[in-house]
Amino acid sequence: MKFGVVVFPGSNCDADCYWVIERVLRQPVRYLWHGDGEIPDVDCVILPGGFSYGDYLRAGAIARFSPIMRAVAQFAANGGLVLGICNGFQILLEAGLLPGAMRPNDSLRFRCCPTWLKVERYDTPFTCAVPRGRTLRIPIAHFEGNYYADPQQLRQLQRERQVVFRYATRDGRVVPEANPNGSLDNIAGIVNRAGNVLGMMPHPERCAEAVLGGEDGRYVFESLIAYWQQKAGDGPR
Amino acid sequence: MRYMVRVLVKFKAGVADPQGRTILAALHSLGYEGVRDVRAGKLFELVVEGTDEDAVRSRVEEMCGRLLANPVLEDYEVSVLRALAGEGR
Repeated sequence: MKFGVVVFPGSNCDADCYWVIERVLRQPVRYLWHGDGEIPDVDCVILPGGFSYGDYLRAGAIARFSPIMRAVAQFAANGGLVLGICNGFQILLEAGLLPGAMRPNDSLRFRCCPTWLKVERYDTPFTCAVPRGRTLRIPIAHFEGNYYADPQQLRQLQRERQVVFRYATRDGRVVPEANPNGSLDNIAGIVNRAGNVLGMMPHPERCAEAVLGGEDGRYVFESLIAYWQQKAGDGPR
Repeated sequence: MRYMVRVLVKFKAGVADPQGRTILAALHSLGYEGVRDVRAGKLFELVVEGTDEDAVRSRVEEMCGRLLANPVLEDYEVSVLRALAGEGR
């Protein structure tokens, strides 16, 4: 399965994603430059964490107009798999590829800590390899992760089952005490209606090897590969 | 003509504003207990060329919808302040 990792001016988790895909998962991966207007032959595009264009105005607000994002929108419309992590999630929201918006954390503090995530869906390309019932321990590191959707958008998210990850306690209870940033309904990650675009604030690439203190993040990448292999095996290539 | 345009962007009513809430608490701790609410926002001053005030206003409103404000969260107000003298005639 071929991956592309987009590099924006200010991305700082691009190398982490690249490392995990190449060294941990042993899959082909290449960097995609924000100024390029086309996406080469890849099966999944990752928008990594960090910053983009200084995050002036709002996180992701400028990046969404970069040439690569027009190509990402087209790639997504054609069913391509897109994973936005942290700043990548913020860019997907600003681009309108996912519904809602991010506010500054309710604490007004940059939060950098492990979180526990309840997996709300196992039938997505991003979660199909997660063991059922397992609460994932994946770290966050952000100032603007306080997810907001207007009432109409929230109803749609619920109706279409678009919430994939919620901040929870270690044993999977979704309660206000487990919410690190004030996010609506403890939302940590959502998919689009078609299910091929995921945005998540926690960083799975930061916990995909035991040496880093946790491996739960690897499930997200392994899910993508399992999904893709299944799909490739199902029909003509 | 060139116009000075002021754009005010702030969270919509009903959207929690962590900055405003923190500033309110700070004002209270300074003894300004009569302050009941604070909403923080962003101010942009643009110098825009256009044929007339209405054209400039509608152009800037378009900019607000596309970039300056996030319509999910924020409202905006556009004020065309004045034509700048001696410019662009």
